[in-house]
Amino acid sequence: MAGYILRRIVATIPVMLIVAVLVFLMLRLTPGDPAAVIAGDNANAEQIAAIRTRLGLDQPIVVQFFIWFGQILHGDFGESFFFKKSVAELIVSRLEPTLALSLSTILIAVLVAVPLGVLAAYKQGTVIDKIVMGFSVLGFSVPVFVIGYSLIYLFAIKLNWLPVQGYQRIADGVGGFLARLILPSLTLSVIYIALIARMTRTSVLDVMGEDYIRTARAKGQVERKVLFNHALRNAAVPIVTIIGFGVALLIGGVVVTESVFTIPGLGRLTVDAVLARDFPTIQAVILLFSFVYVLINLVVDLAYRVFDPRIRY
Amino acid sequence: MSTEPALLTDAAVPAPRPTNLFAGLARDWAVLFGAAVILVMIVIGVGAPFLGTVDPTEINPTFRNRVPGTEQTIRRADGTTATYRHWMGTDSLGRDVYSRVLYGARISLVVGAAAAAISIAIGLVIGLVAGYLRWLDGIVMRFMDGLMAIPAILLALAVVSLFRAGIVSVIIAIVVPEIPRVVRLVRAIVLSVREEPYVEAAIMTGTPTPLLLIRHVLPNTVAPLIVQGTFVCASAILLEAILSFLGVGIPPDTPTWGNIMAEGRGLFRVYPHNIFFPGLCLALTVLAVNMLGDGLRDRLDPKLAKRM
Repeated sequence: MAGYILRRIVATIPVMLIVAVLVFLMLRLTPGDPAAVIAGDNANAEQIAAIRTRLGLDQPIVVQFFIWFGQILHGDFGESFFFKKSVAELIVSRLEPTLALSLSTILIAVLVAVPLGVLAAYKQGTVIDKIVMGFSVLGFSVPVFVIGYSLIYLFAIKLNWLPVQGYQRIADGVGGFLARLILPSLTLSVIYIALIARMTRTSVLDVMGEDYIRTARAKGQVERKVLFNHALRNAAVPIVTIIGFGVALLIGGVVVTESVFTIPGLGRLTVDAVLARDFPTIQAVILLFSFVYVLINLVVDLAYRVFDPRIRY
Repeated sequence: MSTEPALLTDAAVPAPRPTNLFAGLARDWAVLFGAAVILVMIVIGVGAPFLGTVDPTEINPTFRNRVPGTEQTIRRADGTTATYRHWMGTDSLGRDVYSRVLYGARISLVVGAAAAAISIAIGLVIGLVAGYLRWLDGIVMRFMDGLMAIPAILLALAVVSLFRAGIVSVIIAIVVPEIPRVVRLVRAIVLSVREEPYVEAAIMTGTPTPLLLIRHVLPNTVAPLIVQGTFVCASAILLEAILSFLGVGIPPDTPTWGNIMAEGRGLFRVYPHNIFFPGLCLALTVLAVNMLGDGLRDRLDPKLAKRM
């Protein structure tokens, strides 16, 4: 078991290394002097020269990579010439809104999607099943920003129940924080609900034919307990996998949702950085999000054992 | 000989369904609906100039932000006047939203089709080679794992930040994140087909590798790739709209659904029509392509259909 965990952790290193190489190469693929590109449009010759020394641009490209990578391992992502701050500082200041949005989205999605999926599986072939599956296809197809603006229009403008846009830090009052978090989280959770509900349904359907389900029913177990204690517990592995896998969707959705709701998080930072061609920030954000994505999937893999003790390594 | 007949008989057998007859019927209804909507969108895109539109890029400062249905009297050069009704209103530059939405269908369809075709073509070649040449497999697949570890939108944003804004850079930005998914699919098919007796027989009779790949392996990838291509098309249409909406996609004066919505963002509270109409078209189109894909998957690829 310990050996497996170690092997699994070690296996993520080449993936992250390749991501780092890709992100590094990104700048070398642009035409022109990388130092000038990093410095931005308004830099003077002195600033460009400083960057050139810092990145060791006169060295061979492999050496340049290790200089750059070494700095990143020390938490030094460079300087954002657009925001006039160090990139690390910039990211830390944008962390809270994105974390709050992502966590509340995952919470809503799991709480809604898993019961929906179980219900659809239990009522397989009925109208309820078709409605859930129809919603699932719809959830994949309606763009995040269309959902976002529809919710704003209905709940903030027409009904005037919630604030239209913006973000309030949790330290400045929990009420305002939650009120501004509801609509973006609901918006972002739609695609996630679609994904998890579909996987839950399939996974529970697979399990429902097993002998132990018949045994549970034969011994007179109530149907609710058959579904949630026997079926869902055994169907958990694919569901947890898809939650981890769906984090990629979630990260993409964060970028769009933060723009729709004008939330000053990492997603908005990414778009602003791309618009300003602020490469140190773009590189840092991509590395960070990819690292989180890989890490979550690692945790999910390791969590299998908790959900399914039959899996032995 | 060719594996095609076997493939066709496989495809002709519908997926085994534990549900009643109506489920099968509903599936066909979904496919019909999907195909019909796509057809309508193609007609709209191709026929945009003939469907009562005006120049979608023409700016009219005196006729900005009109609600849907507003009539405008146009004075022609010869002194006569004509009335034009803005069915979907005008945007904050006075451009006709109806015309922009209709012309916008072109960009969405072209980007969707091009992204699907290009990512399938590139993914197919890399997948076939990786699946067959064992020594290359490890390197290629680690590289693909790395690409897949970067969430698609971020990868696309990174690509557009490198090039000048335009339809070509947007298509490249959409294709790059899709390629690893196609490569994985093709490679998995190659690895399973390699073990089939007819492939072993072909190897024994001395069929050269390129011929083996084209004649025996390639036909097995057709059905899954058609299905995959449909899903790539749907996500490409979405991703193009997202990039344009964020202001990093196709240049803002070009009428695309994403651009119309991006333009309408500022005054959304007062004039929601700029977001509503293109959003509806976008959602409908993506839904149609996804439904077509679901239907095709059930018909062409029963194994995958069962897994989903």
